This record gives sequence, structure tokens and C-alpha cells, in this order.
Amino acid sequence: MSGNSKIKDRLHMFLIELGDLSFFTGRFFKEIVKRPLETKELLRQCYNMGNRSLVLIGITCFIIGLVLDLQTRPTLMQFGAVSWMPSMVSISIVREIGPIITALVCAGKIGSGIGAELGSMRVTEQIDAMEVSGTNPFKYLVVTRVLAVTLMLPLLVIIGDAIGLFGSFLVENIKGNVSFILYFNQVFDSIEFGDIIPATIKSFFFGLAIGIVGCYKGYYCTKGTEGVGKAANSAVVVSSLLLFIIDFIAVFVTDIFYDL
Amino acid sequence: MKDNKNISNPEIVLQIRDLHKSFGDNHVLNGFNMQLHKGENLVIMGKSGSGKSVMIKCLVGLMEADSGSITVMNKDITKLTQKALDILRADIGFLFQGSALYDSMTVRENLEFPLRHHTKKITKDSSTETLVLEALTNVGLAHAIDLMPSELSGGMKRRVALARTLILKPKIILYDEPTSGLDPITAKEIIILMQDIQKKYNTSSLIITHDVDCARVISHRMLLLIDGIDYAVGTFTELSTSADPKIKAFFKH
Repeated sequence: MSGNSKIKDRLHMFLIELGDLSFFTGRFFKEIVKRPLETKELLRQCYNMGNRSLVLIGITCFIIGLVLDLQTRPTLMQFGAVSWMPSMVSISIVREIGPIITALVCAGKIGSGIGAELGSMRVTEQIDAMEVSGTNPFKYLVVTRVLAVTLMLPLLVIIGDAIGLFGSFLVENIKGNVSFILYFNQVFDSIEFGDIIPATIKSFFFGLAIGIVGCYKGYYCTKGTEGVGKAANSAVVVSSLLLFIIDFIAVFVTDIFYDL
Repeated sequence: MKDNKNISNPEIVLQIRDLHKSFGDNHVLNGFNMQLHKGENLVIMGKSGSGKSVMIKCLVGLMEADSGSITVMNKDITKLTQKALDILRADIGFLFQGSALYDSMTVRENLEFPLRHHTKKITKDSSTETLVLEALTNVGLAHAIDLMPSELSGGMKRRVALARTLILKPKIILYDEPTSGLDPITAKEIIILMQDIQKKYNTSSLIITHDVDCARVISHRMLLLIDGIDYAVGTFTELSTSADPKIKAFFKH
């Protein structure tokens, strides 16, 4: 097979997968309004995803807050602008670092978990068993999981932001003797709705992307246990890539509306 | 050798006509025909990759056939809407080869799951709890009600899967290799259980198996699927004494 035809084949496969993923997303929005609502399963998934990711996100954001402050401090000191530290860190964390770091951690933890779980259910015929019993596995498995990530991610982002800011405060408190009230007064003075709302909206889209990609990869998993591994792996890779694309679009759109 | 002999009840509950299914250039089913009568146990045998599982998946709408008709209780499933198919599926039980128990749910939740969407089966006299217990008692596993699938042996899993199939009181049960992967004693227990269920619920059963002993004990009729077609149909005795080398090959051991 020549190089050209290989590229053509890969492009062809990519377009087919993109089409399938779009169809899958369309089906999600179609099924979301259908009854039964599967509230119990949705709440169980929300609890599982939120609760199980909380510690990891907390640790990651705390370290990011510490590091960001520690690395930026010397530069600001050179310009005599250390007092701007809370403003700079809070805007960085709330606008960009908090949402993207939280989403990347969730893509790794939740996305791969969904891909592996649904993939394993597919290859062991559990999804087929649901279908032949006259139930709707898409509604029960996919809709609940995608909704759960979409709803939980903004909450995790808010918690992650708060922990990240606390990490930064610790450095300021130790190195600059800044009090808790002073630090957070300055934080809240610098943050505007124009920072919080776009970040929250893009977090919903991050969650949607992680959920859709994880479910898609798992739901259509083939080739036995090897396929389950591939589903989990590609769920992380594809959703991480999608997160950056969504982030770029979000920043672009925010720029138009809020004139950054 | 195509005959429909020894059928005491001629009412057809399931019929496949001229079924074709291909995967690219691989023609798996090439005009497959089959009839299942009420109260009958029909065993289908065929080599691995001969299209048995494809056929059974087409039968419950898990796979779409290229052409042909599949009639289940006078309804052509290829022409049904998704909603109508889901309603019809309540009358068709399917025992998967690997049991396919939902491994994040307990045995009780596994059995309750199909009832959530077929609430008509729940009445004043038969609550969810009663139906679950009845189905588990019928397979001798009432004590395992709160166990997780990972805590069950292979034979127990197969029994729970059978109980889950029975909970909707289906009129037809499809068994996909019910004894595969089980030791001879457990396999025999499953065969006896299948016979008991058939008597108790008066179900019609379509059994896909490689197990000649299972076929001998349980079948009213047998069908050999060779080269994607219904190559031979008859009783176990008729087929096992056939002079046709292709048929003989199945009964060599």
C-alpha cells in the first residue's frame, strides 16, 4: 500500500469516526428527553464521579496553586509588584488553569473509567442483555454518565479553583505574611463575572466532551479485552485533545463578548 | 433431509425465511430457514463460525439481517418499530453464553432490572420481590439473592442468568451454548433445569450448542447449520444415524 493510499484510508476512517461520534452525540440529545429519566442511576453516577475525583483534583489544584505562586513571585518582586500576586493568581486559576487542569484530570480518571466500564460491558454482552430484555441501554448507561460528568465537572472546577487559591495563599502567608482576609479580599476584588461565567460555561462543555467520548469509545468497543484497553486509552487521548479545542473556541468566543 | 416430523403442536411461534447476512465478502447466512413450534425444544448445531450466533442475534434484533423475514409470534421483527420490538422482547428470553450478568449489580438487582421497563408483569399478586424470589427459587438459588456476580461460580452465574430470563415469563427462550465452559456435572444440572423450566412454563426453546449429550437429552428436533443454510432438520436419532458425511461429522464422538 502506497503512502498516499494509507493517508487516504486514515482520513476516511477519521471522517467515519467523526460522523459516528456526531450521530452518537445527536442520539444523546434525543434520548435525554425520553422517559424514564433514570434519576437514581444519574444520582449514583454523579456521586461516584464527583466523590471519587475530588481528592485527586484537590491535590492537583493545591499543588498548581502553590507552584504558580512560588514561580511567579520572584518575577513580580523584581518589579515591586508582589501585592498584585493574589489578583494575578486568581485570574489565572479561575479563567484558565482551574478548568483545564480539572478537566484533564477528569478525562484521565472519569473518561478512561467510563470507556473501560462500558467497553467491558459490551464485550461481555451485558449491553446486549439489557437490549434484549427490552430496556434502553443507551438511556440507562450513556445518558446518565454523560449528564453526570457534565453536571459534576463545573462543581469540581469551583472546588479545584478554591483549593488552588488556598495553595497560593499558603505561599503568600508564609513568604509575605499576608493574612487570609487580605489575600481573599484582593482575590474577590479582581475576579469579575466576566471571568467566572465563561469558565463555568466551558466547564459544562468539557464535561460533555469527556462523557460523550468515553461513552462512545466504550459503547462501540470491539475485539475483546484488548479492545477494552484501547477504548479506555483512546477515550483519554481523544477527550484531552477535544478539551484543548473547546478551550480555544471558548477563549475566542469570550474574547468577542467580553473584549478581554 | 428436511422434515417437520414429530410435532405434536403444529402452532409456529418463530419462523425464519430466507435469511441472508454478510460481513463484507464473508457470506455468513445464505438463505437460512427455520421453524420453531409451541412447546418444542429445537437444537441448532453447527461448526464454530457457521453463523449460529449471528442468526440468534438477528432473531432478537441485535443485528440487522441483509434480507429475509423473521416472524416471532406472528410479528415480523424486521418491520417492527423500536417500541414494538421492546414489547415483543419481553416474550423472548435470551440466555447468553457468558451469562452476561450486570456485574455492578447484586443478583436481586440483576433480576429486578428487566421488570423496571416491563411493569405490566408486576401485579398485586406478584410484586417485584415475589417475582424475584420465585425466579431464584426455580433455579435453586434463593439464598444467593444479595450476592454480587463476582461471588458466584460459573454454574451459579448461568442459573442466575436463567432466572433473569424467566422473570418476565417469556414464551420463547433462546439458549446460546448453555453448557459451554461448565464441568460435566454442572452441565447436566443445567440441562435438567432447562427441561424443568420447559415443563413448568411451557416455553418453546431454541438451543444453540456444540454439546451432543445436551442435544440428545433435550431436543425434540435438531437443525444442522452448514454453509449458512439449514442443511438438515430431523430428530436426534434421524440425524445421528445419517449416512451423509457432513452430518456424521457432528456425531463422531
